[in-house]
Amino acid sequence: MKLNMVGAINAALAQEMSRDKDVVILGEDVGRDGGVFRVTEGLQARFGAGRVMDTPLAELGIVGASIGMAVYGLRPVAEIQFMGFIYAAIEQVFSHAGRMRSRSRGRFTCPLVIRTPYGIGIKAPELHSESAEALFCHMPGVKVVVPSSPYNAKGLLASAIRDDDPVIFLEPSRLYRAIKAEVPDEEYLIPLGKGEVYQEGADMTIVAWGAMLHKAAEAAEGFDAEIIDLQTLKPFDEELILSSVKKTGRLVVVHEATRNCGLGAEIAAFVSEAAFGYMKAPIMRVAGYEAVTPMARLEDDFKPGIERIKKAYELVMEY
Amino acid sequence: MPTSVIGKIVVDRLQLINEQGEADASRLTHLPESVYNKFFETITLARLYNQRALSLQREGRLGTYASILGQEASQVGSALAFDPSDWIIPSFRESGVLIAMGYPMHLLYRYWMGDERGMSCPEGLNILPMCVPVGSQLTHSVGVGMGIKHRGEKKAVGVYFGDGASSRGDFHEGLNLAGVFKLPIVFLCQNNQWAISVPRSAQSAGATIAERAFSYGFEGIQVDGNDIVAVYKATKDAVDKAKDNNGPTLIECFTYRLDDHTTSDDASRYRSKDEVESWKAKEPLIRLRLFMEKKGLWSKAYEDEVIKKASEAVDAAIKEAEGFSQPQAVDMIRFTNKDLSLRQKRELEELER
Repeated sequence: MKLNMVGAINAALAQEMSRDKDVVILGEDVGRDGGVFRVTEGLQARFGAGRVMDTPLAELGIVGASIGMAVYGLRPVAEIQFMGFIYAAIEQVFSHAGRMRSRSRGRFTCPLVIRTPYGIGIKAPELHSESAEALFCHMPGVKVVVPSSPYNAKGLLASAIRDDDPVIFLEPSRLYRAIKAEVPDEEYLIPLGKGEVYQEGADMTIVAWGAMLHKAAEAAEGFDAEIIDLQTLKPFDEELILSSVKKTGRLVVVHEATRNCGLGAEIAAFVSEAAFGYMKAPIMRVAGYEAVTPMARLEDDFKPGIERIKKAYELVMEY
Repeated sequence: MPTSVIGKIVVDRLQLINEQGEADASRLTHLPESVYNKFFETITLARLYNQRALSLQREGRLGTYASILGQEASQVGSALAFDPSDWIIPSFRESGVLIAMGYPMHLLYRYWMGDERGMSCPEGLNILPMCVPVGSQLTHSVGVGMGIKHRGEKKAVGVYFGDGASSRGDFHEGLNLAGVFKLPIVFLCQNNQWAISVPRSAQSAGATIAERAFSYGFEGIQVDGNDIVAVYKATKDAVDKAKDNNGPTLIECFTYRLDDHTTSDDASRYRSKDEVESWKAKEPLIRLRLFMEKKGLWSKAYEDEVIKKASEAVDAAIKEAEGFSQPQAVDMIRFTNKDLSLRQKRELEELER
């Protein structure tokens, strides 16, 4: 069936809820309204208000309650309406979700998923366009996943729900309705921790994820570039990146989030430690500026555009 | 047009045994006599455990420790109202709750000795690790309550926190969600009057913490937290109510932290000796002893026997805690995730070398 990302995520949720009655959804406006992006449309009618719960406006409470449910043995999927509002729940993620297994030495675990739309591109109000993935990548115990297509959105979300540890599932809002693609009706899983070669090439490796994957690919026209769709940001697929850079000898990481302590820095450091001898050129990052994510009128200036990305590609090819 | 009254809050305070050990017998008919012995013996055990923890800390055999002295009635009395299959979500000053629930004391000591294995709750009990960030555990009770509801089980959740936690947003979100979803939760506020150096009066301009429950659509009650019989009764009623699907309750146990905040604190910097002395006279064991003596349930010989037994149990627990092997460094990584990443596997190998 041809689906956009909204439809694919909805299909994954319905599939997992049918398979396992312990999968429950909670969040603001997720029930009757089907979510502000309609990602959970129809699920409350199908599975009941006991499993698709409209909560009060309480991000901390939504995540805290999800932790309690997960510890109890359910598999909650919490929706935070926009990533900019997840900050109220960060203590819950860092001090509890990511630590429960360790603090109880395995007696209690925290298999929960927090879904949230993220990134620039839909001309939304302030704090509706954050790319704060690196915060979550930094904290031990938590996994971070970002789909780039309807197909991988469905397979990755199903895996995230079945994972026994907390997963932050970041949905690029720019892609929600941008691409319609074939998504199998039947169940399939895309393993967490694995990237995907989006395009094969010989001269340079480009690592990107989510909405920026498509920009990075567009900018790569005319280059013989191998493009890796990272899919899982934490833990990222070291083997795939290594095998590619050993072949190409060049690496450019493209992300929308601010450069300082962004995930690009970690990937670059990893490659320089593990494959220094293979590199023909300095590793380049193309990233958002060190500035607060701007409002709608400047958002295209903030995120790396085709020209900025291309420049980095050209620079590494000079070596 | 004149205004009309659309709401009124009446907050009850419950005391069943006063500071002189006097009780209104007609109000205690619900309790078998054996329960008083259980109260006395468990408080004694918790107090001895606590005393020894403080000595061990001074001797450098245990890390920073949060004393429960003075709060034993609030802790033991409430905990004994739960069944072992109920869920308990404690703060860090809750050793008395855990001991009353049957949590092995050697594990408690081990935890305070700096070993995570001490918070690996034994099977058969459902006690979450003690929560250090103040108040952040309140919303976990909401999720556990939702889980109980989802599975249609007849269980209750007891979540413990202090007066300091009542100032946090977590308190509001936790109680609000519990009210909206009518969850089987007993919120147990241990109002011990001091959040380190900040007195209860500076935490909130409200007269009580209990009264806040009403704004979330359920009942709140203040109990004399040094009266174990009152604490037990209020908690038992709330647990029964929770299990009958009648929603949450907030119980404010009005008690007093007789010791420093932790072994790293010096309470004489911020509160008067007179204040502490006045609360010493109200501490829970004195009145329980007087009450039991009047009922013929207490004698010096009985107390000596109880102390002897408790000391033996505490000694054995300390011996077992100190006999633990050093925790393995690889456990840091092994228990971070179920499926380890390549990086974690490399680090594991590094530690194993």
